[in-house]
Amino acid sequence: MKPSRFEYVLPRSIEEAVAARVEHADTVVLSGGQSLVPTLNFRLSNPEAVIDLRLVPGLDDVRVEGEWIHVGGRTRQRDLELDDAVHAANPLIRETLHHVAHPVIRNRGTVGGSIAHADPSAELPCLLLCLDGEVVAHGPSGARTIDAQDLFEFILSTTLEPDEILTEVRFPVLPERTGWCFTEFARRHGDFALAGVAATLTLADDGTIAWGQLAACGVTTTPVRLVAVEDALLDDAADPSRFREIAALAADVVTVPDDESCSSAYRRDLLVGLVERALRTSWQRATERATARTSREVTS
Amino acid sequence: MARPKAEQPEQSAPPMVHTGARVRRNEDPRLLRGRGRYVDDIPLEGCVHGAFLRSTVARGRIVALDTTEAEQLPGVLAVYTCENIGGLDREMPLLIPHPCISHGRTQRPLARDDVYYVGQAIAFVVAVDRYVAEDAVSRISVDIEPLPVEVDMERAVDDGAPLVHPDVPGNIAAALVQNCGDADAAFARAEHRTKIRVQVDRSTGAPMECLATAARWDPVSGELVVWDGTQAPIGLRGALASLFELDEDKVRVIAPDVGGGFGPKIHFPYANEVLVPLAAMELGRPVKYIEDRSENFVHMSHERTQIHEIELAATKDGEVIGLRDVFLHDTGAFIPYGIAVAQVASTAIAGPYRIPNIEVEFRCVYTPTVPVTPYRGCGRPQANFALERAMDQLAEELGLDRFEIRRRNLIADDEFPYKREGLIFADGLPVTYDSGQYGAALALLEEELDLPAFRAEQEQARAEGRWLGLGLSFYVEGTGLGPYEGGRVRIHPITGKVYVNTGLTTQGQGHATSMAQLVADQLGVAVDDVIVVEGDTGVFDWGVATFASRAMVVSGSAIHKAAVKARERVLEIAANMLEVDQADIVLENGAATVRGTGTSVPLAAIATVSNPLRYAFNDAAQIATQFAPANKGDGPPLPEESRPGIQTEEYYSPPHATWAYGVHAAIVEVDPVSYDLQVKRYVIVHDCGKMINPMIVEGQIAGGVASGMGGAFYEKLEYEANGNLRNASFMEFLMPYATEVPHMEMHHLETPTPLNPIGAKGAGEAGTIPVAAVIASGIQDALAPEGIGPLWHVPLNPSVLHDAVREARSR
Repeated sequence: MKPSRFEYVLPRSIEEAVAARVEHADTVVLSGGQSLVPTLNFRLSNPEAVIDLRLVPGLDDVRVEGEWIHVGGRTRQRDLELDDAVHAANPLIRETLHHVAHPVIRNRGTVGGSIAHADPSAELPCLLLCLDGEVVAHGPSGARTIDAQDLFEFILSTTLEPDEILTEVRFPVLPERTGWCFTEFARRHGDFALAGVAATLTLADDGTIAWGQLAACGVTTTPVRLVAVEDALLDDAADPSRFREIAALAADVVTVPDDESCSSAYRRDLLVGLVERALRTSWQRATERATARTSREVTS
Repeated sequence: MARPKAEQPEQSAPPMVHTGARVRRNEDPRLLRGRGRYVDDIPLEGCVHGAFLRSTVARGRIVALDTTEAEQLPGVLAVYTCENIGGLDREMPLLIPHPCISHGRTQRPLARDDVYYVGQAIAFVVAVDRYVAEDAVSRISVDIEPLPVEVDMERAVDDGAPLVHPDVPGNIAAALVQNCGDADAAFARAEHRTKIRVQVDRSTGAPMECLATAARWDPVSGELVVWDGTQAPIGLRGALASLFELDEDKVRVIAPDVGGGFGPKIHFPYANEVLVPLAAMELGRPVKYIEDRSENFVHMSHERTQIHEIELAATKDGEVIGLRDVFLHDTGAFIPYGIAVAQVASTAIAGPYRIPNIEVEFRCVYTPTVPVTPYRGCGRPQANFALERAMDQLAEELGLDRFEIRRRNLIADDEFPYKREGLIFADGLPVTYDSGQYGAALALLEEELDLPAFRAEQEQARAEGRWLGLGLSFYVEGTGLGPYEGGRVRIHPITGKVYVNTGLTTQGQGHATSMAQLVADQLGVAVDDVIVVEGDTGVFDWGVATFASRAMVVSGSAIHKAAVKARERVLEIAANMLEVDQADIVLENGAATVRGTGTSVPLAAIATVSNPLRYAFNDAAQIATQFAPANKGDGPPLPEESRPGIQTEEYYSPPHATWAYGVHAAIVEVDPVSYDLQVKRYVIVHDCGKMINPMIVEGQIAGGVASGMGGAFYEKLEYEANGNLRNASFMEFLMPYATEVPHMEMHHLETPTPLNPIGAKGAGEAGTIPVAAVIASGIQDALAPEGIGPLWHVPLNPSVLHDAVREARSR
């Protein structure tokens, strides 16, 4: 379990990093290394160069500005989790990060690293997709923005070009009158989930459901939006009494085949159960927030 | 001698101050501060490093093997294949032969012509570092023509199934039938019969430290020193002396700190254990090989797969009068450790129950997989799972409570020793349970569980649609196998500290403390003034090894005997120095004190006096010179038939195994969405005889239950049909974390064994044995309202439970 020989590149700017990406035929970007380093040690990946982002300035800034939370790509997952301003702006982020592996891994793992790695079981890509977030990528011709729904292609594969580097992740601030939930099931605490669900649910002024956003991980080749569930939530008749039947609409996104320790039927039912739990928790929180909001308005 | 011994009044046994106490472990300050020294920590100047090329094909023929490119890589010192390892190119020994092994096969250090499992070593590279060694491995060109395989043990014994070894018909390595009483007659008169088929799947010990070997050859002295993460340094020393044709005294094997053993490290020699010494001798440089985790999964021995068809013959009242068990045991591609696992399973099959008539038959089956040798539990978890699931089934069929049916069959206290004539245990002797209070153990468990309260809670839960259940399992464990171990006790004249040696190794069991406690009480010294040194053939080389829950029973007894002898010698000299009767002397606080007075001499002074050569290095020696020599009278300073110093050596050989036992129960709940298992309570009643250190015993039990949880619900090595191991990593092979291991409530009974002087039985494997049966029984009870089919196959997992519930609902 020793990596094969590679060139180690330690750029001091994003331009240098991109230049190294262009210069070498086959590069990988080191940002936390919680998945990459095992991959190198197993020699599953034998790149010509490893580009370590640790000395590139500005990649771990976290700012809440207007409707967006800007997270530098190299921000440690643990730092984002503990950021109170981020939590105030969108509590789904902290709740999701609590499910990412263990604290010692979050201490090293980065937000951009996890999203660029695009493991279909990982929580952060699922979060980004659920929230309609976006990422910024730097390449030889400058920066571009990619919407979450255009980012994830396949298992461990994104639409980032081989000469691009993910530099920033943007999550929207949670809208008003909105509840949230991240829930998953892993065989062992902290493992990649057999299925996970990120959800937000936004209420109309009259307390009925306006819309919901849901995404799942661990069930197919990428994180996936639960479109059928979202469509059903747009129905005027959608209310908590129908959450079970609405959740059942999620089952068809599962494409992971049977394996020896997890049948496809089980994974479908598990996903449905998690979606129902996520809807109930989101609805309860949305109601609480709407009520709190109303009472604050009355008081002021 | 000052006076003939007969004139001395009897010195009564010393008070047991440390023995039985929860003494903190002597080794922990060092280990917890990261100051343990494992094989990879041994500093060896100029050391070079090894790596293996391993087969990626389960069963195949090597049609081409070219190491040229690897040899040419800068930094590579040697590339070994079967062609250039001389006399090592032979089948390794079958360590424990048995007449029933009709087709014993063992592997060569490096494959010749054929490969038999994924992971088998084909070539060994030595290079300046492990990076270059791995680069070189990837430059070896090997072409293996795959042959047909059958990894399913039941199909492997069918006619026409692909053979692992072409000359072994039916893939059967060994077959044995054993009889106790008359099973046929019992079944003929039975009022009720219950027959079930159970399966336990394959797992691995997964020690934190994988296999590791370092070696240094001294061409001047002709000495080979080998550091090895083994449970059996004396055995390995013998194997190396034999293979390299060296005198035993020219081979020193040291097991330094070893990061867990759990059984697989009792097997030797692994390929690294012979090739690293070979390379060190040939290259004239120290060589290290540190196995990595992905190799460990496909190289170090596995255990567990057995399929039992067990049948109970009973009366209508639930008295079990007969038992038949026929099982297949998967031994992997080779059978280097003989039938140990199957034999232990077969002799544990009747558990704590009277069952006077038993017929048990097994076949050991070759499959093209990693070889199988004992792993913590060694066949007992499988036998326990078979028996206890059958007892649950019998209870259900007879409409009896699961506790009640056990109560009716447990061996009573006055029936010990209880012999099962005809069942021959791993020590070659008939199974004989020496002592126990089985009924009291079950009663204590019931009391601690508060069954009426649980029944009410379960009724409530069921009314709410929750899945709550209770499971239990009772086990026995033959521990403390012989043939023998030794112990040496020495008191040092300079420091007065006590050094203790034995032929065992430790992999975390706390020998440095529990063994020290025994000695500390005999000599009246502090536990941390007793230093236990083991695992080094240069220090002590008579003995067997650490396995079979035997360290305290066998080595502990030997050390105790040596300490008693050392005490006698101390008292003899001290009585002479102090000019009082031995009966008036108390050994405490590291000194001999005249009872009721302040007059005393320190142990160091006594040890100094015991040696006729006495330099006045320190205060102890100064004190010693005030006293007469230990031996007065005419003649030489060291009389005939005496020896200098206080040093004793004793041996203990158990007449037969001593049987520990226990009963576990769990209250479990199954989640309706994830079908995950939540263990709400885990209650243990355990009896390993006299406990030397209850804290260490509890640590052993807890570790055992953790590995048992793995076998019940998490850990399963998944071989694909082509013989590839699908989940050879800790991401996919699910060892439970601390978060998956339940809190345990432990209760002890202490029924001493009459077989050894300290009354102790083994405790190392106990915790593992019943867990799978407990969990399966508990989940079965929890899901009973759904009417699911029986849970007779472990490990279970949420998907299996989900599918069982779905199937029941669709019926």
